[in-house]
Amino acid sequence: MAQYGPPQTVSQLEKTAKELRRDVIRMLYEAKSGHPGGSLSAADIVAALYFRVMRHDPQNPSWEKRDRFIMSKGHAVPIVYAAMAGTGYFPKEELLTLRKLNSRLQGHPSAKDLPGIEASTGSLGQGLSIGLGMALGLRMDGSDSRVFVILGDGEIEEGQVWEAAMAAAHFKTENLIAILDRNRYQLDGSTDEIMNVCPVVDKWKAFGWRVLDIDGHSMHQVVHALEAAKEQTGRPTVIVAKTTKGKGVSFMENDNEYHGKAPSKDEMERALAELS
Amino acid sequence: MARPLGMATRQAYGKALVEIGKLHPNVVVLDADLSKSTMTKDFAKAYPDRFFNVGIAEANLVGVASGLATTGKIPFASSFACFLMCKGFDQLRLGVAYAENNVKIVVSHGGISIGEDGVSQMSVEDVALACELPKMVVMVPSDEHCTYQAIRAAVEHKGPVFVRTGRAKAPLVYDAPPADFAIGKAITVREGKDVTVIANGMLVGPALDAAESLAEQGVSVRVLDMHTVKPLDEEAVVKAAKETKGIVVAEEHLVHGGLGSAVAQVTARMHPARIEFVAIQDTYAESATGEELMAKYGLSEPDVIAAIRRILA
Repeated sequence: MAQYGPPQTVSQLEKTAKELRRDVIRMLYEAKSGHPGGSLSAADIVAALYFRVMRHDPQNPSWEKRDRFIMSKGHAVPIVYAAMAGTGYFPKEELLTLRKLNSRLQGHPSAKDLPGIEASTGSLGQGLSIGLGMALGLRMDGSDSRVFVILGDGEIEEGQVWEAAMAAAHFKTENLIAILDRNRYQLDGSTDEIMNVCPVVDKWKAFGWRVLDIDGHSMHQVVHALEAAKEQTGRPTVIVAKTTKGKGVSFMENDNEYHGKAPSKDEMERALAELS
Repeated sequence: MARPLGMATRQAYGKALVEIGKLHPNVVVLDADLSKSTMTKDFAKAYPDRFFNVGIAEANLVGVASGLATTGKIPFASSFACFLMCKGFDQLRLGVAYAENNVKIVVSHGGISIGEDGVSQMSVEDVALACELPKMVVMVPSDEHCTYQAIRAAVEHKGPVFVRTGRAKAPLVYDAPPADFAIGKAITVREGKDVTVIANGMLVGPALDAAESLAEQGVSVRVLDMHTVKPLDEEAVVKAAKETKGIVVAEEHLVHGGLGSAVAQVTARMHPARIEFVAIQDTYAESATGEELMAKYGLSEPDVIAAIRRILA
């Protein structure tokens, strides 16, 4: 089995993240619906995972030795599709079938439709539990594969996240790595305003997790944290990644209108120009 | 004449798990702090490394089971029927049914025969909920022997399976594990030509008792143990509709959405028949002994007899 590689350097990853953001904009324009904000905030993390940190083989998505990835905030799946196409899971042209009849690229991730998608998500709060189950199963088999789960910060308002957090610390699944995309917004507004999730770092610490607190748009910090999270410390790790919703497109940044609104033709062109 | 009681179906589940665990090293078991009640404790003792108690957290229970299934394990997740199906339903929908993961859900304390603990612990809607999950196999075994076969079949079936067990001792229907048990195939536990009773779970015993009582009065009643609600044995239902004057469906469940609805749908489509429903009528029960409740809420032998009489009237 050929592992995807060679791993990209930080400056290559920065370029890649920009390309993935461009793909997201094109996909959502073509689909005429979807969620740009949360895909753009997670773009740097997803780029680092797929193009450097994760052990995976796009030609063999069910490779036994692969690391697992779950986009628990399923509405941000366009950035995952972009990374999958970029690493060769499927041709780039397929990205433009997103949300269309008979496409494998469902509006939210579907594990049974697209090889390489490890969990069906989109009902928020479920991904960490599924990731925990994977981590337990892998550990039973003596595997050194890791499980990466991206959570939204609005998503952690769901009680199930904390059921899973408590259990992961209890079971000492050190092969489970959560990344919190801390973009400070949820559908109805800012997390401060709708449901205050602070103090985020202290909460995870209190639940027994190792916490790495980083700037989620500094590729250097993202890569460093993801590599550090792979160390076995007897505890699960969460990376709290401070991000900006809509990152990379000036008029989408911190404008929650773009949580779930596709760009118009004009907006797409302006966004692509900014991301070039 | 009531039939002798065997062990509770939950107990039969616990026993079967230990045996099956030995044959299938990939079987893992999860519970949400009710292992002494669901009887997964026996497996936990026999295979501590393959047992996960996730604490009182049913949503996480189902999610973790889905994740384990993706790594090639065969997870059995158990709790009370009401807690697992109601608190874990969204997780069953996405993580188990939609993803078509090989997860086995075996619930205990189905129905109202659990008795004194009352409504919050009773499940009268779990079979309907399970049936609403695409491709989920739904089984309600009648006694200890039938339960053993249901669990064995669940392991061998690739895909999501739901099995409902009960708290109370179950009337014995079989002397040994029925050799002709297969998912989706009714077992004719008594031949008859006037009326057919299609029952599952705790109602198969009373159905057989009713058939025996009526035989003395010259009424010939066929009894089917419809242990699988989904996929339903349509052939057996149509045969009953054609060969007898009507069908009584008997189940320890709300009248809507369970075995009765499934049977009625098949007859409506393939061979319209007169049907009576022995089930809980759009209500919750209360605290009392299981026997008292089964009598008060219309789930005992006299209720089956009355339903058969209505068809023959």
